[in-house]
Amino acid sequence: MQLTVWTYEGPPHVGAMRVATAMEGLHYVLHAPQGDTYADLLFTMIERRAKRPPVTYTTFQARDLGGDTAELFKSAVRDAYERFKPEAMIVGASCTAELIQDDPGGLGRSLGLPVPIIPLELPSYQKKENWGAAETFYQIVRAIAGARAPAAGAERTARPADRRPRCNILGPTALGFRHRDDIAEVTRLLAQLGIDIHVTAPWGARPSDIAALGDADFNVVLYPEIASPAAQWLKKAFGQPATTTVPIGVSATREFIAEVAALAGVDAAPLLDWEQSRLPWYSRSVDSTYLTGKRAFIFGDATHVLAAARIASRELGFAVVGLGSYTREYARELREAARLLGVDALITDDYLEVEARIAELQPELVLGTQMERHIAKRLGIPCAVISAPVHVQDFPARYSPQMGFEGANVIFDTWVHPLMMGLEEHLLTMFRDDHEFHDEAGPSHLDKRKSAAADESRSAPLPIVWAADAERELRKVPFFVRGKARRNTETFAQTQGLTQITVETLYDAKAHFAR
Amino acid sequence: MNVPFDPLRVAAATGCDVAPVLRERGQREVFCGLTGIIWLHRKIQDAFFLVVGSRTCAHLIQSAAGVMIFAEPRFATAIIDERDLAGLADVDDELDRVVSRLLERRPDIKLLFLVGSCPSEVIKLDLSRAAARLSGNYMPRVRVLNYSGSGIETTFTQGEDACLASLVPSLPNEGNASERSLLIVGALPDVVEDQWKRLFCGLGMARVQFLPSRRAAELPPVGPNTLFLLSQPFLADTARALEERGAVRLAAPFPFGVEGTTLWLRAAADAFGISRFEFDRVTQPAAIRARRALDHYRAALLGKRIFFFPDSQLEIPLARFLAREMGMQLVEVGTPYLHRQHLAQELDLLPQGTILSEGQHLENQIDRCRTAAPDLVVCGLGLANPLEAEGLTTKWSIELLFTPTHGYEQAGDLAELFARPINRRTRLVA
Repeated sequence: MQLTVWTYEGPPHVGAMRVATAMEGLHYVLHAPQGDTYADLLFTMIERRAKRPPVTYTTFQARDLGGDTAELFKSAVRDAYERFKPEAMIVGASCTAELIQDDPGGLGRSLGLPVPIIPLELPSYQKKENWGAAETFYQIVRAIAGARAPAAGAERTARPADRRPRCNILGPTALGFRHRDDIAEVTRLLAQLGIDIHVTAPWGARPSDIAALGDADFNVVLYPEIASPAAQWLKKAFGQPATTTVPIGVSATREFIAEVAALAGVDAAPLLDWEQSRLPWYSRSVDSTYLTGKRAFIFGDATHVLAAARIASRELGFAVVGLGSYTREYARELREAARLLGVDALITDDYLEVEARIAELQPELVLGTQMERHIAKRLGIPCAVISAPVHVQDFPARYSPQMGFEGANVIFDTWVHPLMMGLEEHLLTMFRDDHEFHDEAGPSHLDKRKSAAADESRSAPLPIVWAADAERELRKVPFFVRGKARRNTETFAQTQGLTQITVETLYDAKAHFAR
Repeated sequence: MNVPFDPLRVAAATGCDVAPVLRERGQREVFCGLTGIIWLHRKIQDAFFLVVGSRTCAHLIQSAAGVMIFAEPRFATAIIDERDLAGLADVDDELDRVVSRLLERRPDIKLLFLVGSCPSEVIKLDLSRAAARLSGNYMPRVRVLNYSGSGIETTFTQGEDACLASLVPSLPNEGNASERSLLIVGALPDVVEDQWKRLFCGLGMARVQFLPSRRAAELPPVGPNTLFLLSQPFLADTARALEERGAVRLAAPFPFGVEGTTLWLRAAADAFGISRFEFDRVTQPAAIRARRALDHYRAALLGKRIFFFPDSQLEIPLARFLAREMGMQLVEVGTPYLHRQHLAQELDLLPQGTILSEGQHLENQIDRCRTAAPDLVVCGLGLANPLEAEGLTTKWSIELLFTPTHGYEQAGDLAELFARPINRRTRLVA
């Protein structure tokens, strides 16, 4: 048993719903008790979709358990087929139905419906949402595209010279972090390279489109957490290569362009020369010098965390003081990225651990999910959201991609905006007693929210006493670094064997930890 | 539109014979009882709700409110994993470990609910035994109780019922005071409780208590001298448990709107022998004020046709209020469960021929709703936007539980909740 306050990922059947809801002409019959229908609101409220997810739930109750829940499932499949006439159906169980072992796949197939019935085995007590999405997408691709796979070992025929190169875009789902806009941005980049999009899936694809996936020259994997298993299978079955670079950030976008150009056999140089992101120049602008060494903590899914670590350290000049992810499947890549930055990777889906780590590190900026936004708000630390799990605010009305050059522009604005502006920071440091412009007021361009003084969260009771004048002096340190200053001073005092902290100790520590 | 309101005259114009109830079976688009934790955990300020369930349960609670709760929540989930299912981990040990970590983190917690879920019930985890054992370990600092909020047993607001029912056996005995006392049952917003305390006090009834109390140590005493009023229509098990302790339920409609509130308060006043003259003297100012508030919204609602999908069990009292006080026409009133005894007074007040439906076959009901093309649809969060996109105007029903709606002072707010979506439609051109 795991104590969970907030969860980063839903159960795996919610991942399956993200795939089903993104697609057209597919219907999902889920063996599940009443109550599990809450998942509909993720799509209709958080993502504001105008259609109900294409999901039928059996919504069995206690009184059904003694009777025939299998028959209930079969009639649900039959009725859903009659009503919605999908091109294909996926069938499976949620956590509770998994325990009653009705075999949705076998029951679904026994009905003899004239469409493919794809069984999903999603172990709810073991796996989570992203895994469920990846597995579902893989099962759909294998079941539907598999029929057209060439014989094993057959050579892939080269693209005819008179046909433009074409690729599939794999991975975007419903309820993804900015998937809607990433598709548009990447599609535009590929169009600029003269590459056609054959199928985008699961987003917007019909089962009949899935059947034709093999006709593309290669696959663009936008979100490895979701598309990797399907892309690997397509590589094996159809000999289709797949991209490995996720185009988030300026450097990654440039690498992505070079990678797809090579796969498509086109010239990347014109697009690379024409590159139009404002991030590199804004970041070099003298106004941005105050960003130098800003201490950032990063947490989210693997794809966005790996990209954010790179952007934060190499494109914005932040100091990444910690990174982590709830995506255990990519722990190796995350640890490697962390090692290169000289920090430890926190691989966990325990919100309490993440909270403890942030409180301990006292970063100046948190790049995280809605959960970290919650933590950062309580600790009075600026925060920008970079990854799912999502919130209604993560579906902005405006175009707001994370990928490509426009995505880099969006990232620059989103990450820099929560921070204190350069000169304001200096003025706060110089005139700490100003009654309006004091440190508890927060950045003037943001809400007047009281910072839940991060410095109150002392790590552990120490046998060290703060002299009154030192305590007063500490209050003059701007709030967003005060917690760090307190901790550093206490650590310093401890290493020096001091029992009382004076104003002198405070400044000795400041000099000791000067960066 | 300022039709003077006279409950007795309206009552004469309607009758008790409601058309036969349409009973359906099929997909039910409803929350499970765990959802109640979202409001209960803020009501009892030193209680904590630990769901023993799956990742789905945890995901449901954090998603159901549509927003995250930015204060530290007083709920969490002990997620059952495959080790627990395979018997590799001793479930009692695991639960002890989780509870001890939790109570260490939250020393302010005085009452802990272990909340059963679909998976915990299917694998037959005995949470009552676990609660007794943990209570033994942690009393007197923390009392540990259990109830089920599972979807296979409970629908949405029935979770509150199960929670309150689990509290009843631990309520203190009323002692040998021969004086009768009044107990108001149902989690209410603090502001509503305070208003009612003032009203009852004005009526000379000082011994009025509330279940649940705001703090675990202030649970109201109960016994044969306790008369209780249900403030919500979904508290069947709690009522039964109170009756087992000897308390007596006062039958009344529910306190929504001026009429409902007046009849509800009067049920108590009559039981305590307060004269009609005294009752009117105390309640009239608030009732008149409430009627004035309702007048603001009557123009928007009068003659409009409303369709209720089953959700909170509040549907019948709300339909009664909207039909009788706001002049709305009831197209279909769906309820997940119809408790005929507790709703007898409500059913008597419903307009003749009102179509009631119990249970749900979602697709059929949506078909009926589309065909009827009502002016306003009351439904859950999963349906609201899709129906809006089809051109229907909706009111999400969960807000009816998250907003103070009971009593005189909130009658206008309650009407406004229904008037707002209609008002909004008329404002938007693009």
